[in-house]
Amino acid sequence: MKNKIFLFIIILFFIFCFIIFYKGLNNSNIYTPNINNKKDLPIFISKDFYLETEVNSEKIFLDNNFYILNIWASWCVPCRKEHPILMELSRNKSIKLIGLNYRDNLNNAKKFIDELGNPYSQILIDEEGTLAVEFGAYGVPETFIIDKNKKIIKKFIGPLNQKLLKEIKLFLK
Amino acid sequence: MKIIKLFLIIFILINFSQSKSDIKSEELKNKILKNIRCLICQGQSVYDSESDFAFSIKLIVEKKIYDGLSEKQIYEFLREKYGEWILYDPVLSKNTYILWLLPLLLFLFGGAIVYMNLIIKKK
Repeated sequence: MKNKIFLFIIILFFIFCFIIFYKGLNNSNIYTPNINNKKDLPIFISKDFYLETEVNSEKIFLDNNFYILNIWASWCVPCRKEHPILMELSRNKSIKLIGLNYRDNLNNAKKFIDELGNPYSQILIDEEGTLAVEFGAYGVPETFIIDKNKKIIKKFIGPLNQKLLKEIKLFLK
Repeated sequence: MKIIKLFLIIFILINFSQSKSDIKSEELKNKILKNIRCLICQGQSVYDSESDFAFSIKLIVEKKIYDGLSEKQIYEFLREKYGEWILYDPVLSKNTYILWLLPLLLFLFGGAIVYMNLIIKKK
């Protein structure tokens, strides 16, 4: 009797392990940080893209507006793809679009903007990529929605598309 | 002459202590970087990775050490930005109790079975 109970426990244990590992097989191997956590806006000092003067973050996010911060680079192919979406977003007067130029050559970045248009109300330079880390980004493009309380309420990893644009518009409502 | 000698000794002492603290910071930086997972090359630590992300993290860690943050505070900063997964050695918290305690429980369970079997065999 004792042996039977022991065997039953062992089988149950193996079934439990099998289910756990089987479920694990279906999970993606690539880790993506949580994108829905509300986070405080980091305080930082950066450089203005055109004036090349120092700018304090407190002066950038000054108005009682929704802000969208987009991390981009001229060498990033998906950024080129998402640019028309940003141009469309820039027509919305209830938001301010801030660009963060990530580890880029300034001349190439300026050519990129001249060629495709400037959707941003201000562009900041992140030469070393450390500012992107302060925002919790790990690549380009990434987009952050910042609410009126100066909290990051949502982040989008990868290029924006029409579906995500609709999602952003819903957030802004 | 004596004054020059004295200045020389002070200069050497200051330089020595400076280089010693530099070595300590470098060791701490490497220790931290080896415990951070690169989110671009997910099989590698930031220390081993050459990605843009790893480059930025290396600079951030260096800056934080220079600003006087402790190892624990740096891990906390990175965990807050990227989640627990960025650390190879996750800290003990309510989310990681199972991770830390399950191997110990399994070991105790196994040990108990072996012990019971030995007692039965002796009898």
